[in-house]
Amino acid sequence: MSLSPDLLARIRDASAHHGGPRAAMLEALRMIQQEHGWVSDAHLAEAAQTLGVGLAEIESLATFYSLIFRQPVGETVILLCDGVSCWLNGAEEVRDALMARLGIGFGQTTADGKYTLINIACVGGCDRAPAAVVGRDRRLVGPLSPEGVAELLEGGL
Amino acid sequence: MSTLKKIIIDGVEVEVDAAMTLIQACEQAGIEIPRFCYHERLTIAGNCRMCLVEVVGGPPKPTASCAMQVRDLRPGPNGEPPVVKTNSPMVKKAREGVMEFLLINHPLDCPICDQGGECDLQDQAMAYGVDFSRYREPKRATENLNLGPLVATQMTRCISCTRCVRFTTEVAGITQMGQTGRGEDSEITSYLNETLDSNLQGNIIDLCPVGALTSKPYAFTARPWELRKTETIDVMDALGSNIRVDAKGREVMRILPRNHDGVNEEWISDKTRFVWDGLRRQRLDTPYIRENGRLRKAGWAEALTVAAKAMQGRKVAGLVGDLAPVEAAYALKQLVEGLGGRVECRTDGARLPAGNRAAYVGTATIEDIDTAGHILLVGANPRLEAAVLNARIRKAWLNGATVGLIGAAADLTYDYTHYGTDRATLVRLASEPVNPDVKGPGVVIVGQGALTEADGEAVLAQAQAFAAAYDAKLLVLHSAAARVGAMDVGAVTEGGLTAALDGAEVIYNLGADEVEIAAGAFVIYQGSHGDRGAHRADLILPAAAYTEENGLFVNTEGRPQLAFRAGTPPGEAKENWAILRALSAELGATLPFDSLAALRRALVSAVPHLGRIDEVPVNEGPALELRAPGQADFRTAVRDYYLTNPIARASALMGELSANAAERAKAPLADE
Repeated sequence: MSLSPDLLARIRDASAHHGGPRAAMLEALRMIQQEHGWVSDAHLAEAAQTLGVGLAEIESLATFYSLIFRQPVGETVILLCDGVSCWLNGAEEVRDALMARLGIGFGQTTADGKYTLINIACVGGCDRAPAAVVGRDRRLVGPLSPEGVAELLEGGL
Repeated sequence: MSTLKKIIIDGVEVEVDAAMTLIQACEQAGIEIPRFCYHERLTIAGNCRMCLVEVVGGPPKPTASCAMQVRDLRPGPNGEPPVVKTNSPMVKKAREGVMEFLLINHPLDCPICDQGGECDLQDQAMAYGVDFSRYREPKRATENLNLGPLVATQMTRCISCTRCVRFTTEVAGITQMGQTGRGEDSEITSYLNETLDSNLQGNIIDLCPVGALTSKPYAFTARPWELRKTETIDVMDALGSNIRVDAKGREVMRILPRNHDGVNEEWISDKTRFVWDGLRRQRLDTPYIRENGRLRKAGWAEALTVAAKAMQGRKVAGLVGDLAPVEAAYALKQLVEGLGGRVECRTDGARLPAGNRAAYVGTATIEDIDTAGHILLVGANPRLEAAVLNARIRKAWLNGATVGLIGAAADLTYDYTHYGTDRATLVRLASEPVNPDVKGPGVVIVGQGALTEADGEAVLAQAQAFAAAYDAKLLVLHSAAARVGAMDVGAVTEGGLTAALDGAEVIYNLGADEVEIAAGAFVIYQGSHGDRGAHRADLILPAAAYTEENGLFVNTEGRPQLAFRAGTPPGEAKENWAILRALSAELGATLPFDSLAALRRALVSAVPHLGRIDEVPVNEGPALELRAPGQADFRTAVRDYYLTNPIARASALMGELSANAAERAKAPLADE
C-alpha cells in the first residue's frame, strides 16, 4: 500500500515549511507513522523519493529515533513509563497486570495485532504516575493501577 | 572575501583566514592535530572527538578543532587574540580519554588485520593510548557487510567516523551507505544490504582510518613495509590520475592514489585501483613469429631480423595504441616516417584536427571545472569516460553550477538539463542568441563519442562556437591515455586511420587493440598483452606495460606527466622505445638516441612543451571552420567501462565487475 496523495502533499509542504528536504525528513516519518502506525521499507522509499533525499540517509534518521517504528506494531502502542516516579508509585504492578492480561512482554505484539507493549524512560508524566503513553496520538494516561488495566485496554482511560 | 584574524596557537601568533576551522589553522601553523573523522575533502562530522584542543576564553571544556571556526573564537578581555592550546595537560588527558572510548569496542586484532602498519588508529593509539585496558565488560560485535567484490568489511573494527558514508554520498553520489541506530547500536550499513554501485568505491578503503574497510583483492598478500612504492601515472583513462604503485618483487600488489589538486584530487577510479591482476595475466613474455598460421616462440635476434626484412622497402603504416607512452609514439613516428611510411594514433577514428592543440585538447584545465558556473557535456558520459573527473563535475554542481547534456541520458550522479540527444541540438544551441541567464565562467566538455563519426570535426567546430559564444572554455575529454601525447608529437596522417592504412603492406601496431585490421598486410604487434592486436599479428614483439617502464603521458587537459617504472617487464619483454631503437638499427636506419634521456632530449627539442612537466600550456589555435554536422544521435565512447583496454580485459576482477554491472543494468530496482 503506497502513501496517500494527501500524505505525499503534506510531506512536500513540510519540505517547504521546514526549509528543505533534509529538515523535513523527521516530520515526514512522523506523519507516515501517525497514518500507518509504523514506517515500512516501501513507505520509507516513497518518502525519500518525494523529498529527494537518499534512502540510506532517511533510514539513518529513522533508526536513530527509537519511537519511529521500522517494524510492524499493533494497532495501539502502549509506552509504559519505567521512570523513577512511576516505579515508586507501583509501575511494576501495573506492568505485571498488563503483561498478564495481554500475554506479551516488552517489545512484543499480541497475536491479534491489537497491542504492542514497550517500556520507555520517563515520559514527563510524574504527576500522574504510574503513567503511560497510548495510541498513535500519543495520549498520556495515568495514574494507572493493576485494576484499571482492563479499563485502559477498553479505551476508557 | 576572506578576512584574516590573529590567533595564538601554542604560544605562536599566526594570522589565518577567519573562515578556517581550528584544525586547518593549526595545520597552517605546522601543528598536526590527530583526527579520524575529519577529512579536508569531505564535510565536517565532528563525531570522533580525537581532534580536541583547549581554547582559552571559551567554555571550560575541550573543543573539537575540526568543527570550530576561527571567526567564532572570542578575543581576550583586553582585545588580545584568542589562544588555542594543542599540547596542554587538558588536551592530552582529553585525547587519552577519547582514545580509551574508541578502543572499548575495537577488537584490537591488529596482527590479523590488513590495515596493520598503516592504520591511523594503531598509530594514534601509540601516541595517546595506554598499555592496559580498564574495560572488563563484553565488547560489542557487528555483522559484516557485503559491499561487493572490491571492499572487504570487518565492521567490528569500525569507529563510526562516517568518512565512508560521507564520501559515497557527497563525492561518489550514491545513496546506499548510511549509519543506522544510535549509541552502542549504531552501525555503518548499506541500505537493504545492497552492494555499492559506484566506480569510485575503492576510495573508501583509503579513507577508512581503521581496518573496517580493506581491499578485498589485496587481502593478506603483503604488509605495507614489504612493498616498494613508486609514484607514477595511471593510464586507464586519459585523466592521468596520480598513483602510487606498490610492488613486491616484480609483482604489482596494489595501486593507490596520490594527491594532485589539479588532476585527481586524491581519488582514483576502481579500474585504476584494481586493474593490477591484469598485469599478471595474458602477458606477452617472448617474441612470437607466425609460421603456417601458428605462432611460435622466437628469440629477439630472430624476431628483429624478420621484422626488418618485412619492413625493408615496403609500404609501412604505424599505429599508436591507447596506452603507449609519448617516447614510444615519437620513436615509432621517426622510424616509420624515416622509411617513408605513415603513422596514426586516432585509431578509434576520432576526427581530432592535427596540429591545432586548442581544438584537439581544448583550452580548459580540469581545475576550471571547480569554478565553472555552467558545464555543457557534448556526447560524453564522464562517469564512464573519466570517473574521477565526473566527481569533480558533481562537486561543481553541488557548489551551484548548472550542467547541460547533449547526448544519451544517463545517471551521472548530478542533475542536468537534457537538451537533446543529437547533433541538431548542438547546432541549435550554438546558433541561438546567448541565454542571458547563464552566468559565470563555463566549460564545454566534448566526449570522444561525439568525434568518431565522419562529421567529428564539424561537431568539434560547433562545440567551439558554442564555447566562444558563452565565453566558455573547451575541454576535449579523451578516453585514451596515449592520445594527446601522440597528437603532440604529430603521430597523425592526413585523412586519419583509413588513409594511413591505405595500401599499407606492413602494419606496425604499437599496442592498438581496439582496431580491426583487415587481412592482407603483414602485421607486427608490439605490446604487453595477448589481446586482439596480438591475435591478428604475424610477428609479436613483447613490450613493457605502463608500470614497467619510464614514460611520459599527456593527459586530457594537455598536462605532461612522468610515469616511473615500478617493476620489470616479464620474461623477454622490453621497454617500448628500446624495441623500436633496436629495430631501427636492424633496418640500418638507426634512430639518433641510445638512451631514454637522449630520446627525451630529441623529443623536447621537437615539442618544447613536453619538457615542462606537470604544466598545462596555454593552447591557442585558429577556430575550426564552422560546418554543419550530420543528424545522428551522439554515441558514448565507452561501452563497457571495465573492459576498455587490454590490461583491463586480462583482469579477472574487471571481468567480474563488468558482469555485475551488466546484471545491475538488466534489473534496475527489481525488488523495490
